[in-house]
Amino acid sequence: MNVLYLVAIGNVPEKAWEWIENASAEWFPLPIRRLAPLPIPAEAYDEKRRQYRSVEIMKMLAQHAPRDATRVLGVTDVDLAIPMLSFLFGQAQLNGPIAVVSLFRLHQEFYGLPEDQSLLRERTVKEALHELGHTFGLTHCYQSKCAMSLATHIELVDAKTEKYCPECGMQLVERFTSLDGGV
Amino acid sequence: MKKNWPILVVDDEEVMCESMAAWLREDGYRVNTAPNGQQALELAQATDYAICFVDLKMPGGMDGIETMMEIHRVRPEASVIIITAYATVDTAIQAMKEGAQEYIVKPCNPQEISMLVARILKLKKLQSENAILRKKLTRQYRHHDIITKNPRMEEILALTQDISSLRSTVLIRGESGTGKELVARAVHCSGSRAEKPFVAVSCAALTETLLESELFGYEKGAFTGANGQAKGKFELADGGTIFLDEIGDISPKLQADLLRVLQERRFYRVGGGQEVEVDVRIIAATNKNLAEEVQQGRFREDLYYRLNVIEIRLPALRERREDIPLLAEHFVHRISTELGKDISGISAGALKLLIAYDWPGNVRELENVIERAIVTCRNGMLEEQDFSWLQRSSGTSQNWEVPDVSLDELERRAIIIALERKHGNVKEASLALGIDRSTLYDKLKRYEISH
Repeated sequence: MNVLYLVAIGNVPEKAWEWIENASAEWFPLPIRRLAPLPIPAEAYDEKRRQYRSVEIMKMLAQHAPRDATRVLGVTDVDLAIPMLSFLFGQAQLNGPIAVVSLFRLHQEFYGLPEDQSLLRERTVKEALHELGHTFGLTHCYQSKCAMSLATHIELVDAKTEKYCPECGMQLVERFTSLDGGV
Repeated sequence: MKKNWPILVVDDEEVMCESMAAWLREDGYRVNTAPNGQQALELAQATDYAICFVDLKMPGGMDGIETMMEIHRVRPEASVIIITAYATVDTAIQAMKEGAQEYIVKPCNPQEISMLVARILKLKKLQSENAILRKKLTRQYRHHDIITKNPRMEEILALTQDISSLRSTVLIRGESGTGKELVARAVHCSGSRAEKPFVAVSCAALTETLLESELFGYEKGAFTGANGQAKGKFELADGGTIFLDEIGDISPKLQADLLRVLQERRFYRVGGGQEVEVDVRIIAATNKNLAEEVQQGRFREDLYYRLNVIEIRLPALRERREDIPLLAEHFVHRISTELGKDISGISAGALKLLIAYDWPGNVRELENVIERAIVTCRNGMLEEQDFSWLQRSSGTSQNWEVPDVSLDELERRAIIIALERKHGNVKEASLALGIDRSTLYDKLKRYEISH
């Protein structure tokens, strides 16, 4: 019950795996494994909005979580949304096992700019650490450079760094070293 | 802090409610959801929501506007945000007229919603701060605010009674926030001067010339702007008591002037040629060690002995920890009544935290800390989490001493300390420990450290 699983939903570039895997290994003292990719569930598509319902994708991830999974992070290249909000970079269950990250709006091409692999790597890592942070109980941080700060547009993602601030990092330490805390 | 501003989301669509709640929870808010107006109202009766998101169109029973009006009946302070689809904007504007704070058209941009919530909460914080400041302005210090079961403090209180009817000068020493002015007032109020004025002057707050005219008054034309005669604090305190706070900070010239007043009970106004005679009891206070100031040549020895006829040294709060629960309960009762908040007390856990803290700002800091906790507390009881910021600032220093434990336990502690030093970075922590990261998590697992 202590494995962190990464799973692709639909087509996700191979490189994104390495990026997320390396960044996760830097912060979470857990074995990290990949699951076989999952197809995008048909019921997740919202024809009217031409976007994918994040909640449906998270439900699917929960159904496919292996028994030894402590956390499952899904990564997709489609545009995610919830009824209230026009889009999401990602979503997570606070203190829960499931999280999802969308690369759709992390590509420079989405903003009409030429492709930039290095920028995509940075953004992917920041958002993956952000959503995984939520699953380990971290809420949004006031420090704009911390991976846990709230980003509601891409400039705010770019303002972050690929790490947790000392305060959020200490909360993770508490989480991973307390004898009586639950998963 | 955000946990103290609970939010309610009301929508008949479960997925709408839950996804919105999940998004706000990631931001650190405590969020409840209700599928209809009736349940929303029941929840609002139990919890003082700061913000309620209410969907305009809910089939059957109450619609959004009715729900908002019912919520406002039980929680007039709650900010209601009406959620609407594009087609119903006109009705949403109608809702604003009925008392909604804002309306949002779904789906809205994440930035829009987080800014809206932040803006409303900022306003609420300002409103509550405003309420506190108003209360502070009208608050009077009462001498029964001295609360203690500490033997030294009890001796001091007995002493204030004994000396209250004398005219002898009193010097009160103590760190800032220990209640020097309260003790001075207690001396004044217990004695024959109680009906006469008690005038407090903070000597450190003013420059030498200003302090001089403040204490002794001035004659017309004494300096530019001196358009008429003005009485100084000594004259205003005639028949009563003057409390000179932070006496250790006054200039050599004022030390000489003050010595003369003490000796002769007479002085000149600034720019005046006529002596003024007063009957004033002087109580001085300082957080400095005046004897040392005398040795260093910064404070006149003769003035020191004149002031130090009766000396009272107030202990720091950390020297009277047994008083912390008593004082805390007293402040909770007084401040919650003043602020009109229904707080029944402090939990045992929170009290433990308060007792362990060192209180560099003493009783005044304790009072401020409790006031801050009461303002932001949304439950009927102050809990540990209401003081969590205090715990963080007091710090948990990790001094490495080899304790009497097993080697396994030592290793476990070494791992925790390494992780803490690297602020949670597992890669750096394992490098520092000289093991690879998989060994690190194997060990964490072996010690049954959970995650």
